[in-house]
Amino acid sequence: MAETKTRKKKSAAPKGEKSGGADTLKKHGIDEELARDLLRDMLLYRRFEEKAEEGYAIGKIGGFCHLHIGQEAGAAGCIKALRKDDYVITAYREHTQAIAKGIEPNAVMAELYGRTGGPSRGKGGSMHMYGAEVRFMGGHGIVGGQVPLGAGIAWKIKYKKEDSVVVCFMGDAAVNQGGFHEALNMAAIWSLPAIFVVENNEYGMGTAFSRVSATEVAERSISYGIPASSVNGQDVLETYAHFRDLAEEVREGGGPRFVDLQTYRFRGHSMSDPVSGTYRPTEEVDERKEKHDPITLLRDTLFDAGLLDQEELEKMDQEARRIAGEAADYADGSPVPDPEELYQHVWAQENHGRLFFDGRERGN
Amino acid sequence: MVTKVHMEALSPTMEEGQLVRWLKSEDDEISNGDVLAEIETDKATMELVARGDGVLRKIFLGEGGTAAVGAVIAVIAGADEDISDVEGAAAASEAGAEEEEEEEEEEEKDGAEDEAAGDDAPDDDESASEDAPKAKGGKAEKEQPKKRESGGEPAPSSQAARTSSGRVKASPVARRLADEAGIDIERVQGSGPGGRVIKRDVEEAKEKGVAEPGVAATGPEYEDVPISQMRKAIAKRLVTSIGPVPTFYLTIDVDMGRVLEARRSINAMLEEEGAKVSINDFVLKATAAALKRHPECNAQWHDGFIRRYNTVHLGVAVAIEDGLITPIVRNAETKGIANVSQEVRELAGRARDKKLQPDEYTGATFSVSNLGMFGIHEFTAIINPPEAGILAVGGVEETPVVADGEVVVRPRMRVTMSCDHRVIDGAQGSRYLQTLKRMLEEPAAILV
Amino acid sequence: MAVITYREALNQALREEMERDPDVFLMGEEVAEYDGAYKVSKGLLEEFGDQRVVDSPISELGFTGLGVGAAMAGLRPVIEFMTFNFAFLAIDQVINSAAKMYYMSAGQFPMPIVFRGPTGAALQLSAQHSQACETYYSHAPGCKVVTPGTPADAKGLLKASIRDDDPVAFMEGELLYNIKGEVPDDDDFVIPLGVADLKRKGSDISIITHGKMIHVALQAATKLEKEGIEADVLDLRTIRPLDVDAILDTVAKTNRVVYVEEGWPYAGTGAQIVSMIQDEAFDHLDAPVVRVTQADVPMPYAKNLEALAKPSVDRVLDACNRVLYR
Repeated sequence: MAETKTRKKKSAAPKGEKSGGADTLKKHGIDEELARDLLRDMLLYRRFEEKAEEGYAIGKIGGFCHLHIGQEAGAAGCIKALRKDDYVITAYREHTQAIAKGIEPNAVMAELYGRTGGPSRGKGGSMHMYGAEVRFMGGHGIVGGQVPLGAGIAWKIKYKKEDSVVVCFMGDAAVNQGGFHEALNMAAIWSLPAIFVVENNEYGMGTAFSRVSATEVAERSISYGIPASSVNGQDVLETYAHFRDLAEEVREGGGPRFVDLQTYRFRGHSMSDPVSGTYRPTEEVDERKEKHDPITLLRDTLFDAGLLDQEELEKMDQEARRIAGEAADYADGSPVPDPEELYQHVWAQENHGRLFFDGRERGN
Repeated sequence: MVTKVHMEALSPTMEEGQLVRWLKSEDDEISNGDVLAEIETDKATMELVARGDGVLRKIFLGEGGTAAVGAVIAVIAGADEDISDVEGAAAASEAGAEEEEEEEEEEEKDGAEDEAAGDDAPDDDESASEDAPKAKGGKAEKEQPKKRESGGEPAPSSQAARTSSGRVKASPVARRLADEAGIDIERVQGSGPGGRVIKRDVEEAKEKGVAEPGVAATGPEYEDVPISQMRKAIAKRLVTSIGPVPTFYLTIDVDMGRVLEARRSINAMLEEEGAKVSINDFVLKATAAALKRHPECNAQWHDGFIRRYNTVHLGVAVAIEDGLITPIVRNAETKGIANVSQEVRELAGRARDKKLQPDEYTGATFSVSNLGMFGIHEFTAIINPPEAGILAVGGVEETPVVADGEVVVRPRMRVTMSCDHRVIDGAQGSRYLQTLKRMLEEPAAILV
Repeated sequence: MAVITYREALNQALREEMERDPDVFLMGEEVAEYDGAYKVSKGLLEEFGDQRVVDSPISELGFTGLGVGAAMAGLRPVIEFMTFNFAFLAIDQVINSAAKMYYMSAGQFPMPIVFRGPTGAALQLSAQHSQACETYYSHAPGCKVVTPGTPADAKGLLKASIRDDDPVAFMEGELLYNIKGEVPDDDDFVIPLGVADLKRKGSDISIITHGKMIHVALQAATKLEKEGIEADVLDLRTIRPLDVDAILDTVAKTNRVVYVEEGWPYAGTGAQIVSMIQDEAFDHLDAPVVRVTQADVPMPYAKNLEALAKPSVDRVLDACNRVLYR
């Protein structure tokens, strides 16, 4: 929240650089309305995650809770560039991606709270959001585990001769998993309509990527012949434009793509991890927040273009806060699952014979 | 030569044994094979036999004490031999080592063929080796050396075997069936491992009414009678004359005509069931019934007292491949002749297969050996201590006898009873044989 | 009724189900051009084309995950493991993805996928290629485990598994592929999951088993018959769901049970069955339940040791004798 205020004075002063901001929009082929929407989205993600942070602090949310603060441009810029019938599958830092793909903020928060209002009725939690209707194919908790699944979804698209694409997100640590390489190889040999996106925030949990990787992220797809690109993942306009174009290439049969989305997380790996410390210095985090906050970057661009003023920004921010606050209220009011839900949704199909072995179906 | 006396595994499942009583004292001369002590195993009281000659130099385990299988509990050595090594080791290990046993548990099959559904295996029946696995492995051998015709004391329980905590050993289904039939599981004799009461025992009990209040319910199984000074003297003197069991023999002839008749009619009745009773079954039944009336003959000699039984656990000598074993018909006097017959057949069958559990051949109160089927006319049998008597039964033969001043040919059978004179006097044994004779010559008397 | 091999029965099941439902496809190592490592998929490439019969790279984790993703998106994949020994690489995807997806998504994503291939030991393939894997899969809620032992069961159960909406680990046997048996010609011959089959009727003892071991059990039963002992041989066919009623019925009938399985004893399938029996049929037992399993060691190579390690007819007889107090 500091972002909107601290930069207020600076950006309010000079108006001469208007054209610079406008050029930027033009360069990316993004119109004014879309740019505003992207700002609104990112503000919502930021406020939402802060609300989740608060929920965690007061014990409403438990377990692992991985926040996307600092990385909002990836969610907004990539997912907003997709069609509704495109698929998204991701790892476990996925609250904002779920919202971007169309799951209501109320529902996402309810899931975090472990309530039946959540898309997984409170049984999935922070790491397992699913939205079958909006083709959000889940948050997956094992590093890299979702990458072969992404290839499988792409397989279905191709099998059914559809023209949608799948975006498969992963963190930078996933590129060192075997399944990542197996999936990329298969995507390449079968020319699957998949975009593999590494949200490269430079740290796999508490270990710098560079310390545990022989080559850079962007080099990882080379041996499979999959075209790779790097994009400034803090710049939502660049990100949006990049994915908009990439999705079309893939949709038209171009085969899989690989993207190194360069970003940075402003929080610890999860709510139970430190923001900085032995693995990264506080100064580094401060500097990135200062210079590479995706929200302030877009705000400045819009200020520069004269498309936004402080008042409107604050209105937008108020709206984002209202939605996040409402989500928390909704979640808090949503019922916890009935005890009987414990045994629901283990099996899709009952057969003859006993499926459970916990004594519930015990005879005599 | 120094011979360590170990706590031996006297039952297949025994892990430790309690020393009930030393039958030898320190400084006693010991010969290989002497019974040194009585050991209570998890199943029964068994005898521990000396495995060397010499003097019982030192006892490490007192009466009532418990030691693990393998532990050294005494030492036999020459009178002057140095036994300090053994003493030291026994003191050090106390509860002792317990190896040996464990490894044999694994049933190892030598060269069992692989037939895990080989390519066309399912219909192929040949791959498994012919011999049934049951006789293999260490189990049979393990109990063999300790197997005796009978001997030792009966388990302290009345009929059903018990766990160490005193609970009757019974399978769940046996308990349920007994419960449903209103049968007291405690009164059912178990035929499963370790005397476990299993389904067939309860079904038998149901059918044959064994659950009716039997001997066990009416009073104690036995009574220990203190030895009078006179008996003590008799015992002491006779032992020096013929020891250690001063035996005498009584012979009587029995007319078996009525038994043969009775047998014919009973077998005619049993024909439908496919069952049959033998002459020996009558002998057994009568032996038990007569013993019930002569408890002085249904007794055991113990150091310090004579134990007179109120029920008859009848040992029946069965010849097996490499010897002889005496499985026991428990509470024989309460059982009908058909039951006795069936039980003997079943026990004998398992005896030949070496499937008897120790408590199925230990704890008899009296025994019968019948060699009639071998054409033996008359013989004497050797008492199986601590029992005090055994009957040697010859064959039934057509014999000319004088009846009412005329010579007639009658089916006759000669019975010789060996008596432990410490327990049974001549007159007592004779009276017993008279009762037996009457019962066989007038089988209805058995019912009285 | 035609007499065909187990292999042909599986082939028929695949062909019929692929004809019936265009969303069914087969993927695995050498399933297409090579006709399958064990020729189960013989001729299918020709008939259905390379979009539906797909040679995968040797990437068990990868193509298993691909199958899971495809199932999420609505297809009905049949993923072949050349053997389940290789599926350890993929078990993360089977358990963490497939088995849990329906639950984690509160019913949004059913997982109609079949993982199939041979399990258990063949002959002298040594430790890494000779293991029965049922337990790994039946352990996890969400996964069904099917172990056919005859050609008819192979066909009927594979068809049921492909039509099932849950992930099914369908475990065949390398040494079963050549066995022959009668199989109904009916192309709608489906054996429902979770129904055990009494392969032989007796009243003295129950030998309960599954998969390849039914043949060992049946041979043991034949030998027992010569000794006057009549054994029930109950083939579970499906480990999960489990036909508990059939087990309880046979226990109530004979009061004595031997469980025979190819896997290891510790926490094995038999352990679960024994637990269930003592829990629910305690009052029917006349003897402790005895299990015959692979020796609790990795499979040795040497022929004699391998034979010792496997459940054999002799060991089953031995167990039966123990349970019969003989």
